[in-house]
Amino acid sequence: MIRSALLFCLFSLVYVLPVYAGDKLMLAAASDLRYALDEVILLFRQQHPTTDIHVVYGSSGKLSTQIRHGAPFDLFFSADSRFPELLYQDGHAVTVPQPYAVGHLVLWSPRQNMSEVELHQLKNMTFRRLAIAQPAHAPYGQRAKEALQTLGLWAELEPKLVYGENIAQTAQLVQSGGADIGIIALSLAKFPELAKQGYHLIPTDLHQPLTQAFVVTRHGADNLAAHHFSAFMKNPAALTVMQRFGFELPATLPAQD
Amino acid sequence: MPEFLTILSSQDWQAIQLTLKLCLYTTLILLLLGTPLAWWLSLSHSKLRTAIQAIVALPLVLPPTVLGFYLLLLLGPHGAIGSTLEQLGLNHLAFSFSGILIGSVIYSLPFTVQPLVESFRRMGPRPLEVAATLGASKLDQLFSVILPLCRGGFIVAATLTFAHTLGEFGVILMLGGSIPGETQVLSVLIYDHTEAMNYAQAHQLSLGLLITAFAVLFIVYGLNRRFEREAIL
Repeated sequence: MIRSALLFCLFSLVYVLPVYAGDKLMLAAASDLRYALDEVILLFRQQHPTTDIHVVYGSSGKLSTQIRHGAPFDLFFSADSRFPELLYQDGHAVTVPQPYAVGHLVLWSPRQNMSEVELHQLKNMTFRRLAIAQPAHAPYGQRAKEALQTLGLWAELEPKLVYGENIAQTAQLVQSGGADIGIIALSLAKFPELAKQGYHLIPTDLHQPLTQAFVVTRHGADNLAAHHFSAFMKNPAALTVMQRFGFELPATLPAQD
Repeated sequence: MPEFLTILSSQDWQAIQLTLKLCLYTTLILLLLGTPLAWWLSLSHSKLRTAIQAIVALPLVLPPTVLGFYLLLLLGPHGAIGSTLEQLGLNHLAFSFSGILIGSVIYSLPFTVQPLVESFRRMGPRPLEVAATLGASKLDQLFSVILPLCRGGFIVAATLTFAHTLGEFGVILMLGGSIPGETQVLSVLIYDHTEAMNYAQAHQLSLGLLITAFAVLFIVYGLNRRFEREAIL
């Protein structure tokens, strides 16, 4: 008797799942957008209060692979334009990749002010670990590697590198003390909790540009909310948020002051 | 409400519900599938037995990523199972609750089968032979002999399966991604909170899981002792 009552309780717990009234929108986004996109979504919700939005953050390469394997994302915000381009070519995306921001790399640490430290000075500094994102599938990691290679530092620093699965995890590796210094996204270094110490902008001529683009996926092709959100990315309020987090707007978009 | 509960967001509650649902379904399915399998393993002298034993124990030693990787290939839209489902007009199983449920069933299989095999062996064939001579049908034997005599084994198998599914991470991450309400279970959400540097939320959930896991294991070992004593008497 007690046992069946217990089972009943468990089952009813499991079946009381939330019921959604409006449309559902599932975004996949590069993790440099972790804080900026959350704010853009808040603004979008004010205009579309019934849309139920979820975001999954990760490295652009990982998310793009998940989309190829049928992950139910409606929109994909990449940290570069190559992954969306390939998805579009292979029929996994239904809209031409749309540039929405240009990202920047910074040298950052939560424990020491890095604002006066140039990337090439890492050579003469004493530290144990430098964190970058995984170059194989995270665009910010790839660009960090390029910048270190341009300066001829890669071979020397490689033994000191630790790799984050994506750029947010890279920041977390440094923040938690696992690494002393990190090469992370400007958009993350601008987040108030991480902006306690100074960061140093890495000159963009050291690496290929981080032109970021998004696409509507095949899964989201018929989801009206996906197209609404895609249009919203040109909304001045959304662009202002992006700029506040240090993103440059691509040449195709009007700059906001 | 106590402070601990008010801090939890709706996303956290959703993950808690999803995790419980996954653990419960996995346990029920495995008790149904695992019992006949364990029965066969405890009795069989077939040459196949060693191979099946090894297969059942595989999830104990394989990295969960290996299991997750093959399941992703198999259940995804291009995989043998996933593409067949798509052709039938159904959805493929990668990044879905059904997908991670299949993953969990495989992943927790040894935790159901091994305690049951042990318990069936301890009982031995004798009680069933006696029951048969008294004219008990096979079904009767199951409900009147096996279930009561192996009660301890079943409870240990069920709790261990439940607890082990609670701790599942790698398979779900590979096969399910982190989709809220669908595949974002507690372990995955904690990973995500850490990455977002929401340490407070990561703490709440981690501590909750730690206490739950301890409680479950405490109960298992407590019951184990009781059943051992009963067996001696």
